[in-house]
Amino acid sequence: MNGKPIVSIISAGLSKFGKNEGLYSRELFAEAAKEAFDRCPKLEPKRDIKAMFVGHMGESYEHQGHMGATTADWTGLLNIPAIRTEAACASSGAALRAGVYAVLSGLVDIVLVGGVEKMTHRSTKEVTEYLAMASDYPFEQWHGITFPGLYALMATAHMHKYGTTEAQMAQVAVKNHHHGTLNPKAHLQKEITIEKALASRTVATPLKVFDCSLITDGASCVVLSKPELASKFTDQPIHIIGTGQASDTIGLYERETLTSLKAAKIAAKTAYNMAKVSPEEVDLAEVHDCFTIAELIAYEDLGFCSPGESGKLAENGETCLGARLPVNASGGLKSKGHPVGATGTAQAYEIYLQLTGQAEQRQVKNACIGLTHNVGGSGATATVHIYRRPQE
Amino acid sequence: MSKQDPFTIEQFYKFVAQGKLMAGKCKKCGKIHLPPRPLCDKCYNQDFAWIPIPKNGKLVSYTVIHIAPPQFQEEAPYAIGIIQFENGLKLPGMITDIPHDQLQMGMDLKVDFTARNNTQSWPQWPRYCFKPM
Repeated sequence: MNGKPIVSIISAGLSKFGKNEGLYSRELFAEAAKEAFDRCPKLEPKRDIKAMFVGHMGESYEHQGHMGATTADWTGLLNIPAIRTEAACASSGAALRAGVYAVLSGLVDIVLVGGVEKMTHRSTKEVTEYLAMASDYPFEQWHGITFPGLYALMATAHMHKYGTTEAQMAQVAVKNHHHGTLNPKAHLQKEITIEKALASRTVATPLKVFDCSLITDGASCVVLSKPELASKFTDQPIHIIGTGQASDTIGLYERETLTSLKAAKIAAKTAYNMAKVSPEEVDLAEVHDCFTIAELIAYEDLGFCSPGESGKLAENGETCLGARLPVNASGGLKSKGHPVGATGTAQAYEIYLQLTGQAEQRQVKNACIGLTHNVGGSGATATVHIYRRPQE
Repeated sequence: MSKQDPFTIEQFYKFVAQGKLMAGKCKKCGKIHLPPRPLCDKCYNQDFAWIPIPKNGKLVSYTVIHIAPPQFQEEAPYAIGIIQFENGLKLPGMITDIPHDQLQMGMDLKVDFTARNNTQSWPQWPRYCFKPM
């Protein structure tokens, strides 16, 4: 018997991911919120939604901070308490977690949680600089270490320790690009080959362009409700039955190991224990593939395989749609795109679609239990959530 | 060095400017902090002693960065590594004076304090780097 519902998702929305030229963050967020409101006709946003938590990483992109109040206004929810949560690329995983705290506190029954980032109007150099702000300034950024550089250090260590190969990492990219072709909201709908991935331009050895997620504009949200009220709003609520979040050193160099993220392991353990779910019971997962090596490390940290076995899992196609454990059916950060602040709740959106049978071409058959894994920076923040379709 | 030197990142870089790598050792529990910090995360003590870090260490991981942020454009591609000193402490930094195809896990490196350009208004920290022995 799995754990009981902590909160329920009664609706969800996602803007188109991609190059959304001319759209400002708040406008993208309104697009996602409108979908969530339309999906749930019994929800009266102005009457029912009592608080908002919005993940947003960087003020630099648009010279715009204070994203909580701004997005509340643009979604017609002016005057409710609304705050921005920031935990780098885990900003909206943290927003989701904050929403869980809020509902569990009993202070509010229904909250809107989401995230947004508008990135593509900036040059790659500028985005590289802004993303690096999620890492340690005095000892990493100051010495020229970029964000891909940090994951490259993990990749080098993983390859050295376990024999993981560049081709195995490329396999993750090929899979996620394939999944992306089945998602009309993905940034890219384009198949790639291992050869193409391996021949792409070097970013930070051993990582190449096709090992990196996309610079994307997008917004996402889910509406959380106290479980007892969910059936008032929808016949198809999805329950969150496990939540975990943990932190670690901001500097990658300070950690005991470079081949695993301790925060992700702790968050996963907390969520699995709360949900009374084992890794073998997970039907599908959306994991934080900001770089291909990150998806491989996620398999190990989440217990989908033993340490060092993730390369083989990818190589054998065990995480493809149609296989034992589909990972990133949405296309993941690699192909759906990675508007950093929006990613955590975009993962929750995908699980919501899948568990309610609305994922169309990429539907995982008979999916009952889903998991999301959202990582901030090089692993100084991680959130893991476990979701369950109501049992008949 | 005076007892008043605060156990801060700013002070760490003041020592770097003098060609020294220094860590803070907690006088109560003995934990060595690199970078130094004013509050021991293990025992909450605020009383520390400065100790020098060995100048030699081994490379625990590396990468060659091709796409660099604006302030490092001219230096790209450049090598970055994490070095583990003989006492187990680690620091990341640029690796210079070696062809990139000769970088190897576990190789011996030493810290170097060659002055580097800094055109930024803040911070005015010097940089250290790592070189082959």
